[in-house]
Amino acid sequence: MNSERCAACKYLRRRCPSDCIFAPYFPSNNPQRFACVHKIYGASNVGKMLQQLPTHKRVQAANSLYYEAQCRIQDPVYGCVGIISLLLQQIHNAENQLAKTQAEIAVLSNSHTQDSQFQQNFLLQQGNVGQSSSPSTQPSSWFK
Amino acid sequence: MGGNSPCASCKLLRRRCAKDCVFAPYFPSDDPHKFAIVHKVFGASNVSKMLQELSVHQRADAVSSLVYEANARMRDPVYGCVGAISYLQNQVSQLQMQLAVAQAEILCIQMQNEPVMPTPQMDPEDDKSFLLQNNLPQYLNFASSSNVIHDSLKRESIFGDIVS
Repeated sequence: MNSERCAACKYLRRRCPSDCIFAPYFPSNNPQRFACVHKIYGASNVGKMLQQLPTHKRVQAANSLYYEAQCRIQDPVYGCVGIISLLLQQIHNAENQLAKTQAEIAVLSNSHTQDSQFQQNFLLQQGNVGQSSSPSTQPSSWFK
Repeated sequence: MGGNSPCASCKLLRRRCAKDCVFAPYFPSDDPHKFAIVHKVFGASNVSKMLQELSVHQRADAVSSLVYEANARMRDPVYGCVGAISYLQNQVSQLQMQLAVAQAEILCIQMQNEPVMPTPQMDPEDDKSFLLQNNLPQYLNFASSSNVIHDSLKRESIFGDIVS
């Protein structure tokens, strides 16, 4: 009886045992997945890494190894560290943009408050004598 | 001249450190841990192949990134660097949301500022302000518009296809 070998055992040209460490994570219909991982880490290292993990964590580990291997193949100098660097830069830019936008909100809020105060005072002078007003009143809801 | 001290790689691999050893410039003997960790995750043979496929001026950066990835994998044997990428992508998404909210707020304030004038000349039959008020919720929803960061991040989504 010849059960189909997993992608790893096919690649390594060996018999695929029933308890093959690779078989659940490197199915035969995706040979490229194991080829990637093998190129960067080597079969032996991948096998050791998977064996050191509990069974329920091996899928995620195999997926992350595949992802990192792909990154390294695409960018042989920086691998997925290049992506981390890009994300850090994007965070930095977004934080700057957010700070600028929040400053703009503060300016606009102040200018709107001053216009409202001016209008209120103008109307009061026009005819609403007797109502006391506090020109310095600033609704706290404008400011966060 | 006396014998050259073998680099950390050759010490660990227990072999003679050749003059043109590919590891020697990047794995000095005073930092054995650096090579040990890279060897554990990637294997000396794979590291050697990777370095040899690069031009000399790229190898230092390649070694630094390999060391970084190896350290990440040792700290988190399940996710390695992917854990950090996931966390950072989440941060970027949150910042994008905050930025969209802030930009919507600016639109609201600008629209509220427009009708305010010292000599109001509001025509009761002018339904422009009425339309603006009715459209405010739509503007708030529209605030989550396309974003350069989001589009570029699509390429880097975890476990998705990497654009070749």
